[in-house]
Amino acid sequence: MTDPSAADVVAVPGPASPRPPRLAFRDVTKTFPDGTVALSGVSFDVRQGEFVTVVGPSGCGKSTLLRIASGLEPHTGGEVDIDRDKLGYVFQDATLLQWRTVQHNVELLAELHGIPKPERRQLADAAIETVGLTGFERHYPKMLSGGMRMRVSLARSLTLKPPVFLFDEPFGALDEITRERLNEECLRLFQLEGFAGLFITHSISEAVFLSTRVLVMSARPGRIVGDFDIPFPYPRPPELRFEPAFAELSGRVSAALRGAYE
Amino acid sequence: MTAPETELMHPPVEELDLPTPPGEAGPLDLPPRGTPHRLAIAVRNAVPPALVLLGAIALWYLISYRLLDPSRRFLMPPPHQVVQEGFLVWSTFTEIMRALWLSAQVAFVGLAVAIVLGMSLAIVMSQARWIERSLFPYAVALQAVPILALVPLLGFWFGYNFTSRVIVCVIIALFPIVTNTLFGLLSADRGQHDLFTLHGASRATRMRKLQLPAALPAIFTGFRIAAGLSVIGAIVGDFFFRQGQPGIGQLIDKYRARLMSEELFAAIIVSSMLGIVVFWLFGFLQQRMIGHWHEQARDH
Repeated sequence: MTDPSAADVVAVPGPASPRPPRLAFRDVTKTFPDGTVALSGVSFDVRQGEFVTVVGPSGCGKSTLLRIASGLEPHTGGEVDIDRDKLGYVFQDATLLQWRTVQHNVELLAELHGIPKPERRQLADAAIETVGLTGFERHYPKMLSGGMRMRVSLARSLTLKPPVFLFDEPFGALDEITRERLNEECLRLFQLEGFAGLFITHSISEAVFLSTRVLVMSARPGRIVGDFDIPFPYPRPPELRFEPAFAELSGRVSAALRGAYE
Repeated sequence: MTAPETELMHPPVEELDLPTPPGEAGPLDLPPRGTPHRLAIAVRNAVPPALVLLGAIALWYLISYRLLDPSRRFLMPPPHQVVQEGFLVWSTFTEIMRALWLSAQVAFVGLAVAIVLGMSLAIVMSQARWIERSLFPYAVALQAVPILALVPLLGFWFGYNFTSRVIVCVIIALFPIVTNTLFGLLSADRGQHDLFTLHGASRATRMRKLQLPAALPAIFTGFRIAAGLSVIGAIVGDFFFRQGQPGIGQLIDKYRARLMSEELFAAIIVSSMLGIVVFWLFGFLQQRMIGHWHEQARDH
């Protein structure tokens, strides 16, 4: 586990950005034991206050990228710099513990990190309020909708006040309206907490709406084949999705993504 | 019987994320109006089985009085005579109850030992694939051993009293506890495991906070099967030991040998009751402990 100051030394300073990277990939390669090359020479930084989204065809190794960033899977070449002590990680499904109430699910990570009970409670209360679930503290997951479960999952990560937040296609299983609302929620949290976000999705509009930067990955071996700065200022209103500039940018990302399939 | 009431204890939750997608309304699709009163539900649930019981008693009388001629009526004495001879004659009743109590103790102690032993074994097996592979075949073998073949040996080794009877119960009840617990411990999904890995949970923490709670529904299934088996084990073991303090199994054998059919029927009825009570007890415990979060818990 390197601390952020150590990461400074290793990372190449960005041209104009004063902020140190919270997550840095340098020429990262992943080869599975069977010889499949999942990632090949992937390099990028995510700085504090940046929201980077990776889009790519399914099976391109996007999720592998995230599993490597989080340390769930080892990489086989290159360097990864990240402080994993208090990592926010939102999974494809909410991964709530069915036997715990919303309150106790949100307290779980603080519990695993040995934070004492009264403090844990406070953190959970605050996080539950942030995601708008006040009043549902005593509900069990089976009583909640898919969207609400995802909010609980977000709240659970928020209790750690993570400097880096990783999202592994978290809203892929939800209907469009719920997904859009949760995207807006994500942006609100991003502005509120100022974390460095790395988001994986296959939805272009989700990527453009959320991010400061969109990376396009190619299919096997996964490489970064497109890199787009998304200049829209925050806070971003929901209507942004229907602006011509948004459509134009989405079109460019889409074209790059089409190229990635070849 | 408590199922529909428990369901009513949780009012349906309003959807926060605006329009509820179809089929996503949550697991509590309750009819919004006309929810029946608790008492009405209880009555509705109690009436059909009560009718079946009445029908069975009527059939019983029919067999006793119509099908069997008086000389052969001892094969199926009418219900009131069973009650008369088996339950209302004080000496017989206490004899049956004393035997039942002994068998119940055997069953409970056997079940308790099987639970502790079986869960420990399953927890050990869940820790590594190689441990599971080394031990599981023997759990299966234990299950496959015909218990009646072992009974004489057990009596030979441990005498004909409490200990060997308990051992019979343990042998017979262990397997479903091991398999169900193990299945349950391995049922937590990969995402949940990843979550615990990400936040540096130790093996013990993972077991206590993830695997064991996730296993509870399966564990309770194992308990219910094992409970029924341990009652059978207590009675069958006793039946075949033929020595030592008489449990309900020996008593049944005695009544059979002496053609005391009213008493025989009474003994069979109370031993069935024991099995039913034990099964019901675990169903109740299951509902109490995990019914509020586990959706399938009410299906039994």
